[in-house]
Amino acid sequence: MVAEIGPSNIESAFLLEALKKGTRVDGRGIYDYRTLKISCGPTYGLAEVQLGQTRVLARVSCEVTRPFPDRPTEGIVLFNTELSSMAGFGLDSSRSSTQEVAISRMVERVIKQSRAIDSEALCILAGEKVWTIRIDVHFLDHGGNLIDAASIAAIAALKHFRRPDVTIDGEEAIIHDVRERNPVPLSIHHTPICVTFGFFGASGDMLVLDPTLLEEQVQVSSFTITLNSHREICALNKAGGIPLSPDQIQRCTQVALAKVDEVNEKIQLALKASTA
Amino acid sequence: MASVKIVLPGDIIDTRREEDTTQQESNVEDEATVIRLGPGLVQSSEAVSAVTAGVLHSNSETNRWWVAGNKRRYVAAVGEPVVGVVVARHGEGYRVDIGSAHDALLPHLAFEGATKRNKPNLAVGTVVYGRVVVANSVMDPEIECYNSNTGKSEGYGELSEGFMFKCSLGLARRLIDTKAPVLAALGNGVPFEVAVGVNGRVWVNAGSVATTILVANAIRNSEYLDAKQCRQMVKELLEKQ
Repeated sequence: MVAEIGPSNIESAFLLEALKKGTRVDGRGIYDYRTLKISCGPTYGLAEVQLGQTRVLARVSCEVTRPFPDRPTEGIVLFNTELSSMAGFGLDSSRSSTQEVAISRMVERVIKQSRAIDSEALCILAGEKVWTIRIDVHFLDHGGNLIDAASIAAIAALKHFRRPDVTIDGEEAIIHDVRERNPVPLSIHHTPICVTFGFFGASGDMLVLDPTLLEEQVQVSSFTITLNSHREICALNKAGGIPLSPDQIQRCTQVALAKVDEVNEKIQLALKASTA
Repeated sequence: MASVKIVLPGDIIDTRREEDTTQQESNVEDEATVIRLGPGLVQSSEAVSAVTAGVLHSNSETNRWWVAGNKRRYVAAVGEPVVGVVVARHGEGYRVDIGSAHDALLPHLAFEGATKRNKPNLAVGTVVYGRVVVANSVMDPEIECYNSNTGKSEGYGELSEGFMFKCSLGLARRLIDTKAPVLAALGNGVPFEVAVGVNGRVWVNAGSVATTILVANAIRNSEYLDAKQCRQMVKELLEKQ
């Protein structure tokens, strides 16, 4: 069993030397995203995101269940991630590493706690039947920056998904088959997108947007900001690493605002071009 | 034999050639020709079947058949040059990660001019260029950083500057052939050193950081380009510099 090894001496040294000169080892600028490709379909709720070499697949499905007893009028949203050895060396789906748990919790928080999905709209009959929406995120290839790719895939899949139509007849709920009546989209309030930055150097003075796997292994600090197209901050995440100054946070926020608009446009184009 | 034959794992390979089939119908069974199976092919009783997905190749002179596939997970084979990273130091040698399922062993004395009193001292994280000596399914692989017959390093050993990146196994094999168009085109433009490991890792060292990044990106981009497109891509990269 090969554990995850760190980068070699020359890779870290070269990366830091290049950053001091303002270049990154793949030739990008420090505020450049890698090539982002989003494709939705062929079935409703399936979205694949390619961010450079990182590939993530998100799948949304639904099921009618009983609601939680303390929340009789709200639907349930379940979130699950899979990081297996297909994604990279040293990764194993049987052991959840701290990194996988952190990514999983981050994207789950972004979707659920920011109230992106309207859970009240998922209610069919209060106290008896609600929709349970299940989001499965599979990491196909780990090329760095899994959080951003996973958040884009999850929100694109949710916006692409269609659930069966329901009519309420007094105390009865009739769930229409998708062949009888067109399925309806979920009620999504807003589109949260995560933007991740990596920091390098003893005082974290060098930063990059969208770190690759090598950059993630060498960085001294990581910071993720989640914004939506209404310029609202949905979440901030900085777990460990060296401390950052308020100026650095401000700088990251400004850069992230511009990037989130670009990503949103790409999601819209992908939804329109979908084959479903 | 101009068509490209793509095989999938499990396909039975017909190793008779088109010129032979007409003769075989008329002649009695001649002495069986010996067929050498290279990577990607195994013999199960009488039939030859493919175990990797890829393009089937054959050499009519040596009667050797093999499958040229493209993956990213390396399986060690004897005699292949590999780029490894030292992950641990033991009593008898170093443990080197070469990208295979198990780490390889690099003995302390497997370097040019190494004696019990004069051994190289490699830190964890050092990049080395070596040759696979032992590789089979029951033992951990072993590598050496010199040519044990001549005792000379012949380019193997520690790689101390420059940059290393990963690529697919197919690209690495094409690069080992020194007539690889991307390396030739780059060589005309900028001076650089390169060490290619068939385990999908390439080490590059050019004079400056910018040139090294340019060479690394050119090699990475050349995966799906043919010779003409490679030269065009390198030309554009050199002009932008």
